[in-house]
Amino acid sequence: MSITNTSRPADNAVSSLGDSVNENGRGAMNEIPLAATGITKHFGGDFDARRLIPWRRSQNGRQGRAQVLHDVSFEIRRGEIFGLIGANGSGKSTVIRIFSTLLIQDGGEVRIFGFDAVEQSQKVRALINRVSADPSFFRNMSAFENLLFFGRVYGLTPAEIKRRVPVILGRLGFEYAKATEPMSHLSRGQQQKIAVARSFLTSPVLMLLDEPTTGLDPRSKRDVQAFIREVRAEHDATILLTTHDMEEAELMCDRIAFIAGGRIVAEGTPPELRRRVAGGRPLAEITMETVFMELTGKSIEEDEVMEEVMT
Amino acid sequence: MASIANRIQLAERAGRLNLTWAFVERQTNLWKRYWAWELVWLVYGVVNTLAITFIAEEAEAAGIASDAGALVLFLLLGTLVWAYLSAVLDDISLVITWERWEGTIEHTLMAPVPRALHLIGMSVFGVLHAVVRTLLIFAIAVPFFTVDLDQANWISAALVLAVGSVSVAGLGILAGVLPLLYPERGTQMSFMLQAIILLVSGVYYSVEVLPDWLRVFSYISPATYLLDGIRAAIIDGQGLSGVWDELLILAGFGALLVPGGIAVFAIAERYAKKTGQLKRQG
Repeated sequence: MSITNTSRPADNAVSSLGDSVNENGRGAMNEIPLAATGITKHFGGDFDARRLIPWRRSQNGRQGRAQVLHDVSFEIRRGEIFGLIGANGSGKSTVIRIFSTLLIQDGGEVRIFGFDAVEQSQKVRALINRVSADPSFFRNMSAFENLLFFGRVYGLTPAEIKRRVPVILGRLGFEYAKATEPMSHLSRGQQQKIAVARSFLTSPVLMLLDEPTTGLDPRSKRDVQAFIREVRAEHDATILLTTHDMEEAELMCDRIAFIAGGRIVAEGTPPELRRRVAGGRPLAEITMETVFMELTGKSIEEDEVMEEVMT
Repeated sequence: MASIANRIQLAERAGRLNLTWAFVERQTNLWKRYWAWELVWLVYGVVNTLAITFIAEEAEAAGIASDAGALVLFLLLGTLVWAYLSAVLDDISLVITWERWEGTIEHTLMAPVPRALHLIGMSVFGVLHAVVRTLLIFAIAVPFFTVDLDQANWISAALVLAVGSVSVAGLGILAGVLPLLYPERGTQMSFMLQAIILLVSGVYYSVEVLPDWLRVFSYISPATYLLDGIRAAIIDGQGLSGVWDELLILAGFGALLVPGGIAVFAIAERYAKKTGQLKRQG
């Protein structure tokens, strides 16, 4: 059973809708799933009157300013799995939140299939979905009740949801009988599988996966990875995957960008990235961890410690 | 995957009723899971109604009030309308608080649902839930007192309640902005808002007893007109013509507060997205 209605996009429909969106081309739909140009973002540092209260942490009414993204630019091609690799605190989740329309950048532009993620967020939201490392649900509602709600708000009918849920859960290796149990009764891995199901249920054309396999046991991890590849192969999905797991990145991604300290430090296919640091060594001997270390000047673990100290 | 054009069109053409009902259905599923809390609030509502209405019986026994029957009905309706109002306000703002705690707010706000439908859906549940709870309190509390309801005009009362509910939902949406922006203190702030409405709207006394400076606020509280209209319909048996003024004013409040509440919520949502406040709290 298919989880979607059509296999390939009707390009004529795409271009005609694009024309109708904007005759000048700006804001029109196009074939580039995601184009980020010069994204910057900071947190804190803005005036906050509450900080003037003596017993609050205060420095002239201002909190410390942290610049978390610096001129981040990259483009994702249709149908590819693009990896954004970096340590915890490197800015991966901030990037994903901006693409998810949950955070507004200070500068730069994000276009998803040509639509501006800030000004045309309603259209963008119909095209995307997201899995985060933290599977947030109504814990006392059952897995199915959660999926029912999150499917309905994307315009699916209860009948469609009831048809799709067992198929997706089956492919994720989740026992459907457990879908009627409250989320709080499920293990962390089972909850994460429901989070993956929630996102794929709505047939997004751009999937934003923010460390989707974090906390999963090896078998569940393989189930989720296999499902992601399967959906990409069968359903014309484009996928942005963030992870700090180098093995997963190499296994899953067509192209990779390394992010460190809120900056994109390198981008390319895994072989291209290896060649950049090879220096005459056989490519087979160079791991992604080595590539990350040589391109960023530190290991991913060191980078995580650095970022934690900074933030 | 469905084509991009189809995907957008699917979201745009999704039935408004279906989208709105999704929120009603979700809240119903949530409250089913928390039925014990529902029972607690029902018992609290009944006890509160009885405790306050017995004051009228005491007033008669002490010779303070000459017409205890009218005072019983006045206080009974006051407590019931207040139970209704606070249930609607609580429902809307607590859902936002709840979503902040569970972390689902990001997923809800990411869905391609127009914000107006999202907020109206939550309000519809709030109103239906409050009506059911208040009717139960009414049914349990009334047998404790000797009240004359023969003259009551139930159609007028229902109409005042229906029109008044729109403005109360608008207030609820405005109150929902507080937990959106202040996850930890938002609920307390919305209780403060409720307390002010309780003070100035003539729930347990006529607004005429308020000092002049405080009475000014009663004019800008929709609860004042809701209470006046309900009391006129049930105590005085006023028909449609007798509650027409209250209906018009409540309709005006509704026309102002619902779109205003949605607009303020949208501004608050944009601010939260600029400052990164939607991230899971709690």
